[in-house]
Amino acid sequence: MGAHDGAPLASDSLAASDGLAESDSPVAVFCPRCGIPLEHGDHTVCRAALALEPPRYCPTCRRRMVVQVTPSDWTARCVEHGETTRSTWAPA
Amino acid sequence: MTAEAVDTDILHVAREQVLERGERLTYDQIVQVLQTSDDQLDELLAIAHEVRMRFMGPDVEVEGIISLKTGGCPEDCHFCSQSGQFTSPVRSVWLNVPELVRAAKLTRDTGASEFCIVAAVRGPDAKLMEQLREAVAAIRDSVDINVAASIGILTAEQAAEMADMGIHRYNHNLEAGRSFFPQVVTTHSWEERWDTCQLIKDSGMELCCGGLVGMGESIEQRAELADQLGELEPHEVPLNFLNPRPGTPFGDLPVMPANDALRCIAAFRLALPRTILRYAGGRELTLGDLGTRSGLLGGINAVIVGNYLTTLGRDPKEDLALLDDLKMPIKALTDTF
Ligand code: SF4
Ligand SMILES: [Zn+2]
Ligand SMILES: [Zn+2]
Repeated sequence: MGAHDGAPLASDSLAASDGLAESDSPVAVFCPRCGIPLEHGDHTVCRAALALEPPRYCPTCRRRMVVQVTPSDWTARCVEHGETTRSTWAPA
Repeated sequence: MTAEAVDTDILHVAREQVLERGERLTYDQIVQVLQTSDDQLDELLAIAHEVRMRFMGPDVEVEGIISLKTGGCPEDCHFCSQSGQFTSPVRSVWLNVPELVRAAKLTRDTGASEFCIVAAVRGPDAKLMEQLREAVAAIRDSVDINVAASIGILTAEQAAEMADMGIHRYNHNLEAGRSFFPQVVTTHSWEERWDTCQLIKDSGMELCCGGLVGMGESIEQRAELADQLGELEPHEVPLNFLNPRPGTPFGDLPVMPANDALRCIAAFRLALPRTILRYAGGRELTLGDLGTRSGLLGGINAVIVGNYLTTLGRDPKEDLALLDDLKMPIKALTDTF
């Protein structure tokens, strides 16, 4: 499935150019809905849509996350950056 | 006869034929209902609501749904983000039995009487049947809730096995009217879906069968779905409004206008006067808060609370508060046994 199968588009170069070292709270670089870098394009529609859908791409590395939706919650897991749930999610 | 005269006439016919005599609308009549103007919408919804109250009463059946197996489906339903054939970002994942039981308990806590277990498959294999058996037994052991399932195309043996597990209702949608179906799905036929629906009815389980609107179908094809469902006579019809999913062939379609969605609700109620008509996916996006209320006053008598399979719903508290406000009691569990 190519790029949609969680190709490791790591954010090293962007983070470095922003002067951001690795920290406890990874910086959102990619749109969690469409996976495109936040600095490219307009993600207004994506932000609005995220009110009614869980994130699909890891905002730090762009891998596709494993998302489980239940009636009252959701969890999204990036193999590299761990698990997020509705209560711990901080929208980009 | 002018268009206006035809429209006025169909509302009169609906009142007399469906409300007074309890006979569902014909295909041609459903088309006419779907062609009524925005000016007539309030009257149309009022008639549909009266029909619902007369034949189904004020109760609203509340349900939660859960995905046992998400994504990676071999089928190509063009609206579905769980198909493995498109570049949808949804990844494949299974839910374990303890999580299913926990979700069933939380669903029951909302007052819901129904809990539907869904898997994204063409049809079940032995492994899935085994997992379902285990999950249903665990839920029935510890939660007072009716368990329903939706795991695709069945054989007669599988339908019998599921009835034996204690699954009381099985969901298998027609998805679209017969003439539009080939533009929605190419990996299986409308007739295969119809046949599974008949098997379910023969098995003794209740049949839950609906579809989606807003996929680019014509008014006539929309009416066809309502009419074919009327012919099938399912116990329940879940009505979905297309929520265009990124990466799917229907991902760029516009969201259906709210008034068209409300006309659909009324038309489906008039085509199915004695069927549970449930709000399913896409209602938040298509109708918003105000439209959701209008639909409940226009023929809907069942809701899915909380999240859907891959998208999110409203907070259940908002729906429950709305039902309270509308003086529509939640259907009790005992009523459904
Ligand atoms: S069969 Fe069901 S899960 Fe599979 S693509 Fe069609 S709608 Fe989606
Ligand atoms: Zn985006
Ligand atoms: Zn990541």
